[in-house]
Amino acid sequence: MKKVIEDNRHVYWNPYFGGFLLGLLIIFTFYMTGRGLGASGVMKSSVVTIVDQVSHEHAKNNAYFSRFIEEGKSPMNNWLVFETIGILAGAFLSGSLAGRIGFRIQHSPKITSRRRLVFALIGGVLFGLGAQIARGCTSGAALSGMAVLSTGGFITMLAIFGTAYLFAYFFRKNWI
Amino acid sequence: MGPLIPNEYLSYEWNIVIALLIGLVFGFILESSGFSSSRKLAGVFYGYDFAVLKVFFTAAIVSVIGLYYMDYLGWVDMSMLYVHPTYIWGAIVGGAIMGLGFITGGFCPGTSLCAVAIGKLDAWVYVLGIMVGVLIFSEAFGGFESLYNDSYLGNITLAESLELPASWIIFAVTIMALVAFFIADIIRKRVSKIFY
Repeated sequence: MKKVIEDNRHVYWNPYFGGFLLGLLIIFTFYMTGRGLGASGVMKSSVVTIVDQVSHEHAKNNAYFSRFIEEGKSPMNNWLVFETIGILAGAFLSGSLAGRIGFRIQHSPKITSRRRLVFALIGGVLFGLGAQIARGCTSGAALSGMAVLSTGGFITMLAIFGTAYLFAYFFRKNWI
Repeated sequence: MGPLIPNEYLSYEWNIVIALLIGLVFGFILESSGFSSSRKLAGVFYGYDFAVLKVFFTAAIVSVIGLYYMDYLGWVDMSMLYVHPTYIWGAIVGGAIMGLGFITGGFCPGTSLCAVAIGKLDAWVYVLGIMVGVLIFSEAFGGFESLYNDSYLGNITLAESLELPASWIIFAVTIMALVAFFIADIIRKRVSKIFY
């Protein structure tokens, strides 16, 4: 068991090293684009695109979607979409180098894969809903917001972590 | 000088290349730091792994100190940078819903993309869930609209909200992060180890 713990510790980067590089990347991103990083934006663009393809009328009449539809311009032609293609490629590269690629469902030994997938779906729905209400997720609102001392960014960050700590006890079986 | 793209030093085509490059590095850093593992991410809420706290706050401090220092040196114009707008109730309620999503799903959108890239099927389902969440929000937008637009304070910073110099706030946040890192290591030693 000791061997396993030793291995476990060295699988990933030192968190301070990762955090330092991420900080430099945020500075670079603001220096180049004047904005921060994002992640949930691409899911919104995808949903807008799908709804627009299924029924253009419906998307145009929706008070929220219509904000993101411009005539003659695809919602997928967007800075965040290209950034996301980069995220997928970068994570795949890192996973390949470390030998972490493979189709699998990761979960606590105390629960079934089915339970993990159900909770993953619920968690996704909640995060998608919350990210729209707060106008951004952990990357766009909290992390990029904190880099420029945005009051809203700090409030969002505190609300995310505070609520997660508050409810952690009820979901402990899923994780420990 | 900076930011370069808003000041039109770079063309739109370069903008796309920059977006891909930034994403590439972002994804690489997140995956290498272990953020493609939901059990590692959830560890911060049970005290068996504090990678989220350490990576997140180190990044926040490095970026805020770096940006304000570059502004001081005249390399970047802080007033041109996009400040996330403050809608108090949207930030609190949206953040709380995201927190609940974090503890049930084990990912946030950025980390789920990293897990999608290395083949975690739970992350594929999670991303599908996010898209369902966005759809629910937009279809029920009328019901959310007042919450969404309530208590708008503008694109303000903590320096303006608290009426304190930015340097004091950055110093206080840095001290808080260092204390958090110290306490995290103490807790980590007392909690039983979990293999994931």
